[in-house]
Amino acid sequence: MSRTFLLLLQVLVAVVIVLLWHVASSTGLFGDPKTIRFFFSTPVDVVTRIGTWFAGGTIWYHLGITLLESALAFGLGSVGGVVIGFWFARRPMLAAVFDPYVKAANALPRVVLAPIFALWLGLGIWSKVALGITLVFFIVFFNVYQGVKEVSPAVLANARMLGMNERQLLRHVYLPSALSWMFSSLHTSVGFAVVGAVVGEYLGSSAGLGYLIHQAEGVFDVTGVFAGMFVLMAFVILIDWIVTKVENRLLIWRPRPATAAG
Amino acid sequence: MVRLALVSQDAPGARERAVMLDGVRITFDLAGGGTYEAVDTVHLAVEEHEFVAIVGPTGCGKSTLLNAAAGLLKPSAGTVRIFGEPLSGLNRRAGYLFQQDSLMPWKTALENVAIGLEVAGTPAREARDRARDWLGRVGLGAFCERYPHMLSGGQRKRVGLAQVLIRDPKILFMDEPFGPLDAQTRLIMGDLLLSLWSTDKKAVMFVTHDLEEAIALADRVVIMSAGPAARIIGDYRIPLARPRDIAEIKLDPQFHEAHREIWHALKEEVLKGYRQGDRS
Repeated sequence: MSRTFLLLLQVLVAVVIVLLWHVASSTGLFGDPKTIRFFFSTPVDVVTRIGTWFAGGTIWYHLGITLLESALAFGLGSVGGVVIGFWFARRPMLAAVFDPYVKAANALPRVVLAPIFALWLGLGIWSKVALGITLVFFIVFFNVYQGVKEVSPAVLANARMLGMNERQLLRHVYLPSALSWMFSSLHTSVGFAVVGAVVGEYLGSSAGLGYLIHQAEGVFDVTGVFAGMFVLMAFVILIDWIVTKVENRLLIWRPRPATAAG
Repeated sequence: MVRLALVSQDAPGARERAVMLDGVRITFDLAGGGTYEAVDTVHLAVEEHEFVAIVGPTGCGKSTLLNAAAGLLKPSAGTVRIFGEPLSGLNRRAGYLFQQDSLMPWKTALENVAIGLEVAGTPAREARDRARDWLGRVGLGAFCERYPHMLSGGQRKRVGLAQVLIRDPKILFMDEPFGPLDAQTRLIMGDLLLSLWSTDKKAVMFVTHDLEEAIALADRVVIMSAGPAARIIGDYRIPLARPRDIAEIKLDPQFHEAHREIWHALKEEVLKGYRQGDRS
């Protein structure tokens, strides 16, 4: 299957869905179009709304806020995860003592923390960043911990015989191994950073994509909700694409899984 | 006519002893309690500039012995002396070529070779230049920027060899380094190893399960019994002249004689070892 053919099929799926949506909301084929419009809006309205947002420029502000929150959550959560993951992996005693608490904290659904963070940190960006951090931290933490633990004993023994001291082992062996595990979970952790930001905004804020969707829902503006969702999807796909590029660059040393010939 | 002299460990050596294993015993604690005796009281001396091959069945504790000499493992009893000094901690005067893949997969061939110099404080630029030179010597001059996964098994072993030799260790430990390679590649690697070794003749401890490879490469072949409680059951000088061509030397009548004699003794000793094992 060629790339263009695949792309064609992928586009076809979108076209069919939008077409069905359009037909349902403008003809009587699937029931009363007025009712359907109330619940689902129409593709034309949604596109028009998105157009207005971008033309008016207001959307950029909200996108910027969400992006900033996601980036901060990802950055701070990753740094925390790397540092603590490293520390725990190199101090088995510490890891053993904190093990039940780490598991308990990770088991907690993070959404319930959002109101508490809003209480502690206000309705500005930091309560959203904090929520994102609690999501990103654990993914990075577990991966880094695993990465340090699973360094090949042969590579480690070889590095020692090559004269590396503890600090050099950290830099040339443990850190690259841990980072490779972290990068392999980059899609998940970046995705969670965005989730944290949007959910935080949704539950209480004055800016961002989550806020936009929440506002629209508050006044039964279904067009606004759908428009917000589509912008959010496009935003996530764009970020995911960037992450893929970064990943390919950083993990160049990794053997690529054999891809089936198209 | 006996051509091969059994080596006496007590004979005063004219040359300095690079490695001296004196009554080394190695036991491991088992997970379910009790201990496993991997190596039973071994006395072994490797002189400076001497190439010693250690041969034994797979899993007989040859690698364990090597790890003890490298300082990766502390013997349960006995002492390891390196150039006369008792070894404590890692053996800093030795290079070790491992059986498994041990290159850092996140570094290029060049970076892998240069790292041994860099961690010792050589400026990065100089380290890279010398690494490039070494990769050329092992025939990989065109592969400097490749990552290990882009290299074949034989090429990775060459990088490993350069990685170890660039630090100019006085002693070289090799643990079945060519084990995973195909027969042709092994021949080529053997020749490469001998030609590199001949320039400065480091003391070598070369572990293998292949008697032919041992005879072709080494000055001395040490035979170990099957584990547990492996011990040395034979120690032979190989009188073959150097420089040697590994493929050619296997056609040499002297090679056959050495092989036959060692194999004969080895077989008897191994059988004797089995009988002793049955009694206990």
